[in-house]
Amino acid sequence: MKEMKNDMELTFDAISSNEGLARVAVAAFVSRLNPTIEELADIKTAVSEAVTNAIIHGYGNIQGYCKHGEALETIDKESPGKVRMKCQLEHGVLKVMVEDQGRGIENVEKAMEPLFTTRPDLERSGMGFAFMEAFMDDLQVESAPGVGTIVRMQKKMTSGPWIPSEE
Amino acid sequence: MDQFQVIDHCLMVKLPQEIDHYQAGYLSQEADSFLLRPDVCHVVFDFEDTEFMDSSGIGIIMGRYKKVAPLGGKVYAINVGKQVGRILELSGMSKLVEVL
Ligand SMILES: Nc1ncnc2c1ncn2[C@@H]1O[C@H](COP(=O)(O)OP(=O)(O)OP(=O)(O)O)[C@@H](O)[C@H]1O
Ligand SMILES: [Mg+2]
Repeated sequence: MKEMKNDMELTFDAISSNEGLARVAVAAFVSRLNPTIEELADIKTAVSEAVTNAIIHGYGNIQGYCKHGEALETIDKESPGKVRMKCQLEHGVLKVMVEDQGRGIENVEKAMEPLFTTRPDLERSGMGFAFMEAFMDDLQVESAPGVGTIVRMQKKMTSGPWIPSEE
Repeated sequence: MDQFQVIDHCLMVKLPQEIDHYQAGYLSQEADSFLLRPDVCHVVFDFEDTEFMDSSGIGIIMGRYKKVAPLGGKVYAINVGKQVGRILELSGMSKLVEVL
């Protein structure tokens, strides 16, 4: 009998409306482990933070939903970047990687401090990394200015039973 | 019910199912247009329909708080579910905003 292993990769345009897509995708990906509602909320929140950061900070695509449902982001998209999300399940551990090829972070340590934000003009609160840290078991951030950013997160799924695939 | 309603000096904001960056700009702008009215002093965020909120929601609440608090206004969060509650707690918002 082999343990269940599963991989998923999703690449999408760096536009704000895809935040919801990323959350739904990761939720569906872990669903066969029967996660608790709380685990699911934790994972969705952490993914939402990482993906939003890639879109608005990495690529500077800040446009969102507008009045009466018109979404202007496709018109006002400043940078045609892509966000890549990779998810992996193995031994009951979820690994998520969110990658952008945007402007990168100069000082990662500083950026990860709670309440630190470079975009107070967008009413960002500087809590994104703090939430990723709080809701996942492990968080690693790799970044280089002008190259991009990779966020790696891990969470041990306590819920179960996760089903080993038979062989 | 309208998403934005003024009842008794309070701006009532009925929040959507999911609050992320995609939704945030619109909600903040629309709320601010109501806050210009002289009869609006307080803001009540109603989370009844909300199943998900990320840090974008903190920005919405904090931004409105900064507008009404100097004038003695209060901000309330009502019908707060578990996920939203944890976000408010972790971010320290529950110290500024009355969570009912
Ligand atoms: N993918 C990224 N590319 C470039 N810069 C980033 C990226 N992710 C984060 N940053 C930088 O790190 C800072 C802190 O990120 P964090 O998510 O903690 O807060 P925020 O996005 O500013 O606010 P919040 O997430 O609370 O709305 C950002 O303001 C930004 O300068
Ligand atoms: Mg962020």
